Amino acid sequence: MAQNSSPLLRILVPFADIPRWLVVSLGILIWVLVLLGWVAASYGGSIPQMFLPTPGLVFSKTLEMIADGTLYTNTLSSVQVVVYGFIVSSVIAVPLGLWMGTYRVVQSLLEPLVNFIRYLPVTSFVPLFILWIGIGLEERVAIIFFGTFFQQLVMISTAANSVSRDLVNASYTLGTKRHEVVWHVIFPAALPSILDTLRVTMGWAWTYLVVAELVAASSGLGYISMRAMRGFQVEIIFLAILTIGLLGLIMDQTFRLIRLKLAPWA
Amino acid sequence: MLARTPVAPPPPAAPSSERPKTLAESHSASLAIENVTLRYGGPKGVLAVDDISFAVAPNEFTVIVGPSGCGKSSLLYLVAGLTELSEGVIRVNDVVVDRPGPDRGMVFQGYTLFPWLTVRQNVEYGLKRKKIAVAERNVIVEQYLDAVGLYQFADHFPAQLSGGMKQRVAIARALANDPGVLLMDEPFGALDSQTRSTMQKLLLKVWEQRQKTVLFVTHDIDEAILLGDRVIVMTARPGRIKADIRVDIPRPRSMDLVMEPDFIALKRRILGLLHDEIDEDH
Repeated sequence: MAQNSSPLLRILVPFADIPRWLVVSLGILIWVLVLLGWVAASYGGSIPQMFLPTPGLVFSKTLEMIADGTLYTNTLSSVQVVVYGFIVSSVIAVPLGLWMGTYRVVQSLLEPLVNFIRYLPVTSFVPLFILWIGIGLEERVAIIFFGTFFQQLVMISTAANSVSRDLVNASYTLGTKRHEVVWHVIFPAALPSILDTLRVTMGWAWTYLVVAELVAASSGLGYISMRAMRGFQVEIIFLAILTIGLLGLIMDQTFRLIRLKLAPWA
Repeated sequence: MLARTPVAPPPPAAPSSERPKTLAESHSASLAIENVTLRYGGPKGVLAVDDISFAVAPNEFTVIVGPSGCGKSSLLYLVAGLTELSEGVIRVNDVVVDRPGPDRGMVFQGYTLFPWLTVRQNVEYGLKRKKIAVAERNVIVEQYLDAVGLYQFADHFPAQLSGGMKQRVAIARALANDPGVLLMDEPFGALDSQTRSTMQKLLLKVWEQRQKTVLFVTHDIDEAILLGDRVIVMTARPGRIKADIRVDIPRPRSMDLVMEPDFIALKRRILGLLHDEIDEDH
């Protein structure tokens, strides 16, 4: 049926492949449309400058903040918070998740607690953490940790638990001892899923960043957004949002490459 | 036992000062299954294997056939130590076994190659667990990769291989570990018939070169007669031994055997035994 259709109709065949140039063009098109809409709305004057800055204004502000170094310091501060929180969380969640998925006793102990905490909104812990930890870097790192750790734990535990029993059995018949199974079989077998989990939760960690910086911070992209709001500097808020988005994209692609490198078989 | 033809040493896999391990160094164990019973779900549960006893001599190739669900795979898992038996004793070289170990290698019906390891690393896996030195490891791995004809795929990942190739690696992986007993659970069951007969030929060749005590489970009677020194026919669930038949067909055997009158007579006999079981079952 697909063979007789015209090229125009063929792109409407369910699941059909489309040419590479079309994929790229469509990806660019959506951004051009968004930009055009922005240009029309801001320069056209239908929305006041106070609420929607012109692209030109955001661009000149960007250059200004690059020149005086504020964009760099605040970006660095935010990256630091996310990376610290994410690393501390992952370093604990990966081994613990593997044990949880492998040993029913660990699962039975942790799951009731983890499933409770997992559904609590991170924001509800901000006041508590400020009270306990103060308003330093540690508090922001704690927010990121809290937002990612329990999700990671559950996802990694599921990955470990879904490792094929046949693989484990095969490893036994080749001389693997019980205590070696987690390291020699479960971990490598679950590695592709673990790396996927880390990639997804890294994205979530970024979304908690602004929450962490909204209340208690003296630097960071979320912090400058809050300050800009008080001074009606919408262009800075736009700049902060764009920067967070861009950094998220870079992190995501980095993780994609790491996965290709560490788990080339899957 | 059958008189066997002299064994030709395998061709050297790679230029190496060390001579590849030959049959003399490969070891075979005896296997004794004594009053083994398996009941699923406690003392009042389903009886899967009912009081089975038989012994397998070193280097003997024993095939178990039976209607599906007769517990023939369960029996193999019991010998491997992967399932706990309810009653009875299993001995390898007169030593009671109660847990899995590298002395009983196994080739599974499904694909169980480690996907994160290359073909070479898969074959090497058991040798590494045994802490065998790198140099010796390499010699053994190359020899077995060569024996299953996958030398040029050594650096491929399992995902890049066809089903038949995966099972060839699985056989090489089990043999490289030099287990006293090799357990094979319908290893060719998932393959198309063309590939299956290629694999049978390969297994015949490899086994006739370096013999091993083998316990092989299948539901394919041609396969059972072609490969086995002995065919054990099991009853429908609960599994018991219905017949224990010696296959007096000289080796080396070839695929043409299936046309021979001896072969056909034996096949008719086993089929008859199996049909009784299936008819009783339905």
